[in-house]
Amino acid sequence: MACKSHYVDECYAELKQFIEKLPTQKGALIAVLHKAQGIFGFLPEEVQDFVAKELHINPAEVYGVVSFYSFFTMTPKGDTPISICLGTACYVKGAEDIVAEIKEHINLDVGQVSEDGKFSLDAVRCVGACSLAPVVLIKDKVYGRLKKGEIKSILDGYMKGESHENN
Amino acid sequence: MKITLDGKILSIDKKMTILELCRDNNIEIPTLCHMDMFSREDAGKNASCRLCMVEVRGKLVPSCATDIFDGMEIITKNDHIFEARKMVLDLIVSDHPLDCMTCEVAGDCKLQDYCYDYDVKGTTYPGEENHFEIDFSNKFFYRELDKCILCKRCVNVCNEFQASEALTVANRGFESKIAVEYDRGMGDSAVCVNCGNCVSVCPVGALVPKSKVKFRAWETKKIPTTCSYCGVGCQMNLVVKGNTVVDVEPLNGAANKNLLCVKGKFGYKFIDHPDRLTTPLIRKNGKLEEASWDEAYELIASKYRDAMSEVGPSAFAGLASARCTNEDNYLFQKMVRAIFKTNSVDHCARLCHASTVSGLAATFGSGAMTNSIDEISETDVIFVTGSNTTETHPVIGSRIRQAVKKGAKLIVADPRRIGLFDNAAVGMQIKPGTNIALLNGLMHVIVENNLQDREFVAARTNGVEELYELLKSYTPERVAKICGIEADDIVKAALLFGKADKASVFYAMGVTQHATGTQGVMSIANLAMLTGNVGRSGTGVNPLRGQNNVQGACDLGGLPNTYPGYQKVIIPEVKSKFEKAWNVTGLSDKIGLTVTEITQEIYDKKIKFLYIMGENPMVSDPNLDHVEEAFNRLDFLVVQDIFLTETAALADVVLPATSFAEKEGTFTNTERRIQRVRKAVNAPGEAKADWTILSELMTKMGYETHYDSVDDIMDEIATVTPIYGGVSFKRLESESLAWPVKDFNHKGTKFLHEGEFARGKGEFKPAEYVEPKELPTEEYPMILTTGRILHHYHTRSMTGRVEGIDELYPESFIEIHPEDAAKLGIKEGEMVKVTSRRGAIETKTLITDRVALGLVFMPFHFAVGAANRLTSSTHLDPIAKIPELKVSAVRIEKI
Repeated sequence: MACKSHYVDECYAELKQFIEKLPTQKGALIAVLHKAQGIFGFLPEEVQDFVAKELHINPAEVYGVVSFYSFFTMTPKGDTPISICLGTACYVKGAEDIVAEIKEHINLDVGQVSEDGKFSLDAVRCVGACSLAPVVLIKDKVYGRLKKGEIKSILDGYMKGESHENN
Repeated sequence: MKITLDGKILSIDKKMTILELCRDNNIEIPTLCHMDMFSREDAGKNASCRLCMVEVRGKLVPSCATDIFDGMEIITKNDHIFEARKMVLDLIVSDHPLDCMTCEVAGDCKLQDYCYDYDVKGTTYPGEENHFEIDFSNKFFYRELDKCILCKRCVNVCNEFQASEALTVANRGFESKIAVEYDRGMGDSAVCVNCGNCVSVCPVGALVPKSKVKFRAWETKKIPTTCSYCGVGCQMNLVVKGNTVVDVEPLNGAANKNLLCVKGKFGYKFIDHPDRLTTPLIRKNGKLEEASWDEAYELIASKYRDAMSEVGPSAFAGLASARCTNEDNYLFQKMVRAIFKTNSVDHCARLCHASTVSGLAATFGSGAMTNSIDEISETDVIFVTGSNTTETHPVIGSRIRQAVKKGAKLIVADPRRIGLFDNAAVGMQIKPGTNIALLNGLMHVIVENNLQDREFVAARTNGVEELYELLKSYTPERVAKICGIEADDIVKAALLFGKADKASVFYAMGVTQHATGTQGVMSIANLAMLTGNVGRSGTGVNPLRGQNNVQGACDLGGLPNTYPGYQKVIIPEVKSKFEKAWNVTGLSDKIGLTVTEITQEIYDKKIKFLYIMGENPMVSDPNLDHVEEAFNRLDFLVVQDIFLTETAALADVVLPATSFAEKEGTFTNTERRIQRVRKAVNAPGEAKADWTILSELMTKMGYETHYDSVDDIMDEIATVTPIYGGVSFKRLESESLAWPVKDFNHKGTKFLHEGEFARGKGEFKPAEYVEPKELPTEEYPMILTTGRILHHYHTRSMTGRVEGIDELYPESFIEIHPEDAAKLGIKEGEMVKVTSRRGAIETKTLITDRVALGLVFMPFHFAVGAANRLTSSTHLDPIAKIPELKVSAVRIEKI
């Protein structure tokens, strides 16, 4: 995440450059939003307005897509965003227990950002890794086949400033 | 194709959906999400409710989204289908309140109707339900999402037809809901234009108009009529309970195709406003006091006799009305001509499209929109210049946006970055008053690239050589400098226009309200002729007329130089024809005075007696200080109106007239279509229809008239007006007619100049660019341009009395560029003093980059902080006498 503040002109410049380099703007909305969230960390109204303007579509359409996909968020994330999959396979494999464990361990509910801004927790639908169920995404890393208790030690690793598997 | 429909074998030769086939065969299929507005190709675009299911070879298919094919066997009724539809309804009501007994739309709810038909008493799937706060943030309607069935009709009408694209479906699955951007309140959207088309298509009670009167559908009757705002001529139903209009519904009119704008949909609330005039008023001891009709008529008749015997016909003038019906206007000009014996009858068309009439008459031979509104859908390239179409003719604006969605290319030229810039392939923010240079520049590039239609030019026109000569110096570079735009854009636009098979031009007052207005119009005509874009469907030169019946008021002789049907007053045969028809002698053979000339002659105390019907020059005319002084010098002023307008307040006699909802008649819209106006409610108090007043008064003044009803007047119009020759109320019941309608067998005219121009050959009228009369100076460093806004109409006598509209736009304002505002140290919303060579006003600032640097814009609607105190009445187009309302040099000061 190159940019944390949506007031920074360079963030917009970077996004604009990305849009300008697209082979076609038609149908590029999701890719642009993905990039935008990568740059800004989240998608506040101003960023969505900017995307709408640049892609010559209306903000309602942008908002419709942003609100449809649970990946996109309009609220700021923690430094270490956690996404837990609550899709069918993960759910059956005990994803809800992991949510409870996280809450117990770092006092964080789905949709919240921790007070120190370090962690945020989101529930997502299927991430396309059902064979690894239950799945948790932390930053860009996928943790699969989690067993009871494992999430706690993974989070401890992040709390110490390193990931579980030292990468 | 051989199709079996419920056992009946049909032979069908065109592509259609099962739903269409069923409807053609009078088989009723229930639908919730389906909209007839979608074209055949898009018929199944929505297909989400699954209520229209029928059986094909034992399988259920949605009939709205399934095309028929050869050998298809369709069953529309059996237990299987019944149960399937019932289950759909069952699932819908599982998350829908069953509060029909208090629901506002009970009796007008498709869900309620179908639940009755399919015997659904409640859900058999009880479970979680959505509960939302009711959203009252919009001024005109509220949103109760608990009742929403997610049929998406509102989203479709907003995105595909209204083309505002304000609505979307937000979230996913059970949490899905209809929303504007960022889930704001409906009234807080930056995109929504309050047109209410979403409300009109909502099949349930999720989007409901705010109404002061509680009513049930079964207590109301619906009266089809023509909207009284703007020249589009939308067809609509007035929904009436008792003697009150409680709602308005769009109809599938030729121009509006089921759409309305905020004024048409919600602007009816002025009709029963307590400010309506209910009795005649006579000025006694300086004050207007209630009087009887007899008293008022006697006074007018005696003042008429006095002025006639003391001075003669030159003492009289009349202002007809672009808001009144054709029949009202016909009688009005008849009164002025046959009784006052003068041709000094004019109306505010002088201030909007007088230059269109003169410019197109000289080039084509007829000064009206050449083509019909519906042809927008077949045009390849649309060039809009000097028309803020989405605000001033909102439904035409939507039709243009629809065309762009379907692939048409849009070119826009305007001094302000108007809404259509967002849809334009080329948008050019030109300096005000540089239209002629731009048009010449476009033609220069077209000729340079050999894109002119040589065949058309050779066969149908005269004078092209002169034009070629003139165009030589209008290189893109030179024109770019004059207009303040990029040369590349001129080339791009010219190539688009020149290469198009069908190109059309739409323009309005940005072209006409200049001292060179006539030349501007002629230049547009030149462009159309040069490229062969006249006389064919989907092409044309299309002046968008402002008021609901400005076309009709002109057609029926509300002009000082023509009798009804543009028959010239100076031609002796025409004069004797009307003397015979009207059974009078001594009609004037001199061209009368125009609006601006009338005001001047009043000021000079030459005109003593002025009769105004449904106009408000005290707001609409330029240089208001001058107008006010002039009117104060009149011996006698009669004003006939529905409200005590700024002008009526100066009158000696005020006559209470009826609104469009209280009378019968016709309006002619901007595309020459003659449409019925029907009485829906009774007039308040003693108010009378304009034609009744005129007819009674004419008798009092010694000219016996007798009209049993308003269709008698139309019959008389038809006998003396060749372009209305085949029009009768009887025909209008079943036919939609655009003039010329030559006789009772003629079907009217969709587009003009087919095969031959009205004047024979089209005449090129090359025009050099001339600078506007006022340019920025040290004393007046900025340029003011005036215009209209979406929510208000003309001088606000109607819209100013509509709740909601007046809350949104209660006062005068001025648009100013952020850099100019910063230079002057002005903040958003601050009051400023604006001064021109005519006068000064105070108004509120709206800082926006819609206007260019050095340019300010004001709407002319407001009487307080009136833009027309600043405009000039002397910078006139010498031919059309239209004032240069679009360019005034001004100075802005912080207060």
